[in-house]
Amino acid sequence: MLIKRGSDIKSREITDRALYLDRRAFMAGAAALALAPGAARAAAPAGGPPLAATRNPTFTLPDTPTKFQDATTYNNFYEFGMNKDDPAQLAGSFKPRSWKVQVDGLAQKPKTFDLDDVLRMAPLEERVYRLRCVEGWSMVIPWIGFPLSTLLKRVEPTGAAKYVEFTTLLDPEQFPGQRKGFLSFGGLDWPYTEGLRLDEAMHPLTLLTVGMYGQVLPNQNGAPIRVVIPWKYGFKSAKSVVRIRLTSDEPKTAWNKAAPQEYGFYSNVNPKVDHPRWSQATERRIGEFRRRETLMFNGYGDQVASLYTNLDLKKFY
Amino acid sequence: MTRRGRVVLKVVIWAACLAPLAWLGHRAWDGDLTANPISFITNWLGDWTLRILLTSLSMTPLRVLFRWSWPITLRRLLGLFAFLYVTLHFSTWLVLDHFFAWREMWADIVKRPYITVGMAALVLMIPLAATSTAWAIRRLGGANWQRLHRLAYLIGVCAVLHYLWLAKKANPDPYYYAAWLLVLLAIRAGDWVRRRAVRLSAAPRPAPQRGEGV
Repeated sequence: MLIKRGSDIKSREITDRALYLDRRAFMAGAAALALAPGAARAAAPAGGPPLAATRNPTFTLPDTPTKFQDATTYNNFYEFGMNKDDPAQLAGSFKPRSWKVQVDGLAQKPKTFDLDDVLRMAPLEERVYRLRCVEGWSMVIPWIGFPLSTLLKRVEPTGAAKYVEFTTLLDPEQFPGQRKGFLSFGGLDWPYTEGLRLDEAMHPLTLLTVGMYGQVLPNQNGAPIRVVIPWKYGFKSAKSVVRIRLTSDEPKTAWNKAAPQEYGFYSNVNPKVDHPRWSQATERRIGEFRRRETLMFNGYGDQVASLYTNLDLKKFY
Repeated sequence: MTRRGRVVLKVVIWAACLAPLAWLGHRAWDGDLTANPISFITNWLGDWTLRILLTSLSMTPLRVLFRWSWPITLRRLLGLFAFLYVTLHFSTWLVLDHFFAWREMWADIVKRPYITVGMAALVLMIPLAATSTAWAIRRLGGANWQRLHRLAYLIGVCAVLHYLWLAKKANPDPYYYAAWLLVLLAIRAGDWVRRRAVRLSAAPRPAPQRGEGV
């Protein structure tokens, strides 16, 4: 059952978040100055432990990044609850460490990686990506990570591998949204699974992500490790991933199982293919007032359109 | 119920129906309308429209079940508050969400079933709000007025469908409202059957008082 939990602490008794962030920023700034004066980041918003990364100039955007506060309090992460503010309110006790990611299936060298091994696998890059939610809103987020292809190459996919399946942690103790209650119905089949074609997974844009806004990935954003596929609707980018499996058949995906006529396997951002119940032609960028036009492949057409030359995007939505 | 009791009841209804607006104003003042204020305002007003509308539709069933007369005196007030909220809900969509993009909105009304039924509910509420005065009842005559105001149930059905069809599959909330409406409709249907049976069996005697005064 979904129980709305009111906080015992009145909101006015909590230190104002802006003040709190200022204090963190001050501390982080002071630390950065003390430790590495040359590397002090310009206006790094703080909140969690900092995570060093080099900005990749190939993946920047002219768009202003979404406010850190908005990107960490307005989330769809149904493992914590259906409301946008549930993840921020309920993720505090989530334990992103220690963490292992099992990478197996059709691979020559399947392996279970400790998170620390993953973090050392490749230099961390910062990339600014657009994020378009299937619900019609969007954000611009500076992620930190490295291409998923780096990890996949480590396990050496066999010739039979055609798809990749991602599985999110199943743990009703930590994820209240996964608990079965007296009145719970509808909902998704847990654990959450998502999938990509192997060529999509190997695409340089597909990012294995461990941080954002210059810091370790906050719990409500899919800590400690998630994928980000910027040309697809947000739900394709699985969070808190524990398993990455190479398969020969198209994996079953959580939203497709729940509503197959509404959420396809591909789910590429496409202003011309409406959700059956609403238009996808426009979106509201969080922080802006007027709607803006949604771009084909979320603006990444130059890089990814060639993946779909022989695919009817209306049929394979 | 005493006159004093009725006054207290109305004051309570006024306070209860204005509280969600006051709360919204308070959150706006605090700058606490979430990262997506327009969506938050729309949903907040929509939720409260549905709650107040279904509460207004619950008054007659309450009388049927418990033979209280006081709920009937609250129907008009609740109905008008539901109309206030739906007007604000619609205005948010019109002004804040689409900023008078008429063509886009018309396309949505025609193409999206959840918007079609939502608009239908809104449009059907207009004549009901317009004929909510004692003058209008006299003008229309009680029977006509009553027939017109049975539209309230159709409005309830449209409003519940509006929410059912727009919500994601995983969201159980619209089903609770649907269950609420079904219970109300079942009580009204049961009452209709009972009255018919009474009328048929006691045809020569004078018909029982309907007592559906305003």
